[in-house]
Amino acid sequence: MTEAPPHRESSGPGDPTRSPGPLLELVGLHKTFDQTEVLRGISLAVMPGEVVAIIGASGSGKSTLLRCVNLLERPTGGEIIFAGRPVDYAVHGLFARQHRRLRELRSQIGMVFQSYNLWPHKTVIENVVEAPIRVRGLPRRTAIERAEDLLATIGLEEKRDEYPARLSGGQQQRVAIVRALAMEPKLMLFDEVTSALDPELVGEVLELMERLAKDGMTMLVVTHEIAFARDVSTRAIYIDQGVIAEEGRASEVLTAPRNERTRQFLGRVLHARHAPAARPSRA
Amino acid sequence: MIEDWGQAAGDTWSSLVAYAPGFLSASWLALQISILVILLSWACGLAAALGKISPYRFIRWPFQFYVWFVRGTPTLIQIFIVYFGLPQVGVRMSPFVAGVIALGVNSGAYVAEIVRGGLLAIPKGQTESSLALGMSYWQLMSRIILPQVVRIILPPITNEATTTLKNTSLLSTITVVELTLHAQIVIARTFRPFDFYIVAAVLYLIMTTLLTHLSARLERHYARRQ
Repeated sequence: MTEAPPHRESSGPGDPTRSPGPLLELVGLHKTFDQTEVLRGISLAVMPGEVVAIIGASGSGKSTLLRCVNLLERPTGGEIIFAGRPVDYAVHGLFARQHRRLRELRSQIGMVFQSYNLWPHKTVIENVVEAPIRVRGLPRRTAIERAEDLLATIGLEEKRDEYPARLSGGQQQRVAIVRALAMEPKLMLFDEVTSALDPELVGEVLELMERLAKDGMTMLVVTHEIAFARDVSTRAIYIDQGVIAEEGRASEVLTAPRNERTRQFLGRVLHARHAPAARPSRA
Repeated sequence: MIEDWGQAAGDTWSSLVAYAPGFLSASWLALQISILVILLSWACGLAAALGKISPYRFIRWPFQFYVWFVRGTPTLIQIFIVYFGLPQVGVRMSPFVAGVIALGVNSGAYVAEIVRGGLLAIPKGQTESSLALGMSYWQLMSRIILPQVVRIILPPITNEATTTLKNTSLLSTITVVELTLHAQIVIARTFRPFDFYIVAAVLYLIMTTLLTHLSARLERHYARRQ
């Protein structure tokens, strides 16, 4: 009568939904630019569905950390394990097989940038369907249907044939998020995605990210939006001088930090947020 | 006196009409050569531009040498090397083929610099967002980067194409009977250098003007689409 096998819970590693190992694991990650050690041994395990906020002063290495995950930067040491498989980043060059595996990895990890980076010569819909068609090989019609559905969820379906230059920053950033989602990634990386936006446009982008988090997307979020990090992320990491200086539940790290430098940093960030509008522009 | 002038003008007119077909077909040849040269120069220029920004030294180096050599030597010498020089080492070509190759390779070095400038003008984020989605190098180049580069470099590339068109006159020195050599032949027969060099000049002018117009239209077309 009942078809359910009794030992489902202890099934092997081949079934990611049943044996929830970390989706992403970093072990002693190092990155050196010329003489500068930007990352000095970062270890981190991210479980499926987790939303990890990464905070830290500029130059602390948090963006570099994110960019190492999808190998936009090549680590100089340490291990990256994605979906249970070690990522081979050491070999590099003209070897096609290596490139194919690298592209496969990247196609499963969505990334959103501070400066949106939409393609200005393509319309909104073209931006969204490009990678699904070219990289994943979806039929054009399927890709367009899915893209239209995604655009509808962010209320931008009427903008489908506009060029990015005609959209507001907030709209562009939401399209950039949708473009990444169209690849159906397992992990999303957000690199200070609201930092370039006018204050009144920040909300719509954070709202979309919050919705994603609630839908169970695994996310690594580099951000200065402390309130967002506190309310949406499951865990927060404070990076200082290339190492994880503090780590814990977002509510604890961000409201009652144990580390003195975390406290100072939060003090500065929160102070800056509430400072009068007439502050000098960002360098 | 006045009658002499009238007679001369009449002569000029009738001889212009008589020589028109010859000049037109010589112009057509110049145009054909130009088109082939421009296509070859784009191929050379694109390859050299991509080669010059390669992270690998052994790819970069030959292209750097190519651009350095071509831009640092006179076009006429390059034409002579291909047409008169290469046969000495066993490579023989018709004047037409030698001319197209010499001018194409020559113009390619200038195109390379133009394309490289265009590539550098594309923000790094364009590359990063494409790679982050899993695109390959060729997808990145052909779908994202080069279409944007084309828009940027359209004005300088048109400029280079006009230069190429005018440079075809240098092929008169290696017996390609294009517009310039055709004019010289007619002049040798008629002893009217003023008339026929002006005719040749006007024909070049018409062709370069058409080229510029074409490019301006393209530019407007692209401007509307972004």
